[in-house]
Amino acid sequence: MEKLHIADKTFSSRLFTGTGKFSSSPLMGEAIKASGSELVTVALKRVNLDKREDDLLETLKSNNIHLLPNTSGVRNAREAIFAAQLAREALETNWIKLEIHPDPKYLMPDPVETLEATRELTKMGFVVLPYIHADPVLCKRLEEVGSAAVMPLGSPIGSNKGLKTIDFLEIIIEQSNVPVVVDAGIGAPSDAAKAMEIGADAVLVNTAIAVSDSPVEMGIAFKMAVEAGRMAYEAKLAKPGKLASASSPLTAFLHE
Amino acid sequence: MSSFKEIFDQYHWDDVKSSIYNKTQQDVERALASEERSIEDFKALISPAAKPYLEEMAHQSREITLKRFGNTMQLYAPLYLSNECQNICTYCGFSYNNKIRRKTLSNVEILKEVEALKKMGFEHVLLVTGEANQTVGMDYFRNAMNIIRPHFANVSIEVQPLDEEDYAELSDLGVHAVLVYQETYHQEDYKLHHPKGKKSNFYYRLDTPDRLGEAGIHKMGLGALIGLEDWRTESFFVALHLQYLERKYWKTKYSISFPRLRPFSGGLDPKVEMTDPELVQLICAYRLLNEEVELSLSTRESEKFRDNVMKLGITSMSAGSKTNPGGYAVEKESLEQFEISDERTPAEIAELIRRQGYEPVWKDWDAVLERKGTTMDVNLVGDEK
Repeated sequence: MEKLHIADKTFSSRLFTGTGKFSSSPLMGEAIKASGSELVTVALKRVNLDKREDDLLETLKSNNIHLLPNTSGVRNAREAIFAAQLAREALETNWIKLEIHPDPKYLMPDPVETLEATRELTKMGFVVLPYIHADPVLCKRLEEVGSAAVMPLGSPIGSNKGLKTIDFLEIIIEQSNVPVVVDAGIGAPSDAAKAMEIGADAVLVNTAIAVSDSPVEMGIAFKMAVEAGRMAYEAKLAKPGKLASASSPLTAFLHE
Repeated sequence: MSSFKEIFDQYHWDDVKSSIYNKTQQDVERALASEERSIEDFKALISPAAKPYLEEMAHQSREITLKRFGNTMQLYAPLYLSNECQNICTYCGFSYNNKIRRKTLSNVEILKEVEALKKMGFEHVLLVTGEANQTVGMDYFRNAMNIIRPHFANVSIEVQPLDEEDYAELSDLGVHAVLVYQETYHQEDYKLHHPKGKKSNFYYRLDTPDRLGEAGIHKMGLGALIGLEDWRTESFFVALHLQYLERKYWKTKYSISFPRLRPFSGGLDPKVEMTDPELVQLICAYRLLNEEVELSLSTRESEKFRDNVMKLGITSMSAGSKTNPGGYAVEKESLEQFEISDERTPAEIAELIRRQGYEPVWKDWDAVLERKGTTMDVNLVGDEK
């Protein structure tokens, strides 16, 4: 399988994972290891930024896992930029997952603020991965201001509803010059496989793994699904079509 | 400015009450089967008719909560700053006419309490006072916030209702959430229980969440005291209030508490009793109505109840609480606002949460996220202030 390149990094695994909602840090660590994920999001609000011992960060400080701090909790571009600066300092990475969702109910991303923050953060040298609606025009605009990837949602965060936005994801994938990471709403390995089959470059999964009865096994299940989906995509999946041909061809007269 | 008052005034307590008590098992079954539940469904779920469906409600509530909040439980502690109060509230230990020694923490005392709470591991703290606007007003809050804010990831307050400008200022000073319980939505009863003081103004309190919303506070806490009037009807109004607020102040987060009245020195017994199964019913009904609202359980409740109800929809708990100013370090023996029922230490509660298969979350916010200004000179769209 092709490796995935985002900015200065190369990934063998196309499964990104989150760190929230697990019943303990050790279990989170095991599940992430089992999933093979190499890029892991961490909510700034959950970690101790003042460099004291942090349970969550300690668990992740192992081989081959890159941290992707997210700005969950901010409500506008200004707050997001400030949070990103702190994250860069505290976690020693210039990668930032931009999450600006002023709506705490459905956690819907704000496109206007996200575009502004991406523009500014890119200028400041950040590698920005913005969480957004499956909005093809917004994706192009983000690309123009230097977004390292785009992360459109499949359905609302934590909803496990799968790829409700699939028609728009397909347009985004078709048009994009930066990696497309389908984020949020992926509830089952089959959703992840589907996203990969239609050509997504990666998926991000959290709730479906963290809240399952066995996060380790679920991590493995998602790993397999993502690999299967990607392999199928690279092998050029046959387009669905009607198997039988029409019994009375409309163009037969041309050959008569 | 339109406010909740306009909606509230369209309802009559007795009509609401009888409509809840007239709900049938069929109504409950319909509510349990639907995916998007209305306030009528909520009425069915809190009605006596739902009693046989408690197990089913608990299962659904647990499942929805897990999906949204995961296997986590947030921990916080109240920090009582003052028990001075000019109000008479018939059910409260701090009531003006209650002859207790009054105490307001000084700067040095605040720091001692802060240190004690930090040692226990707390990062989320709730500042609590009575209502004494002369001595414990905005000047006191400003000063207290400046002392306390740097030490915690998240600071919330539960003080007297304030004006919109005050809330805006407190938000700028780093207050994350404001808790203001209506106590009772029964207007006549409200007057009986609050005969004196600024608090006797029912509508000023009722519209407090509107002022908080206008001020752009991150989170607000709602609730009614359980024990003054029919809890089902009270809870309907809490839910109605929540629905109104969520639509109007869509950037704000909400939490609900359901404090059952506890005995206190010199107080009266609750007029209305709520049994344990009824409280479970209410917790589950709130969750079935609203997937996102935070549900908070205090140390008023017993150890056994807290241990078991933890998995049924609750998202945050206090632990090791002291309800007297200075209770953690300064003067441990002074008179409390109400009796604590669960007296286990925060470490014991955290261990219990772990044993239940949950991760105790001490920190779920950071002062970084509420910074109004940045060091850069950028002209941004979201920069309204």
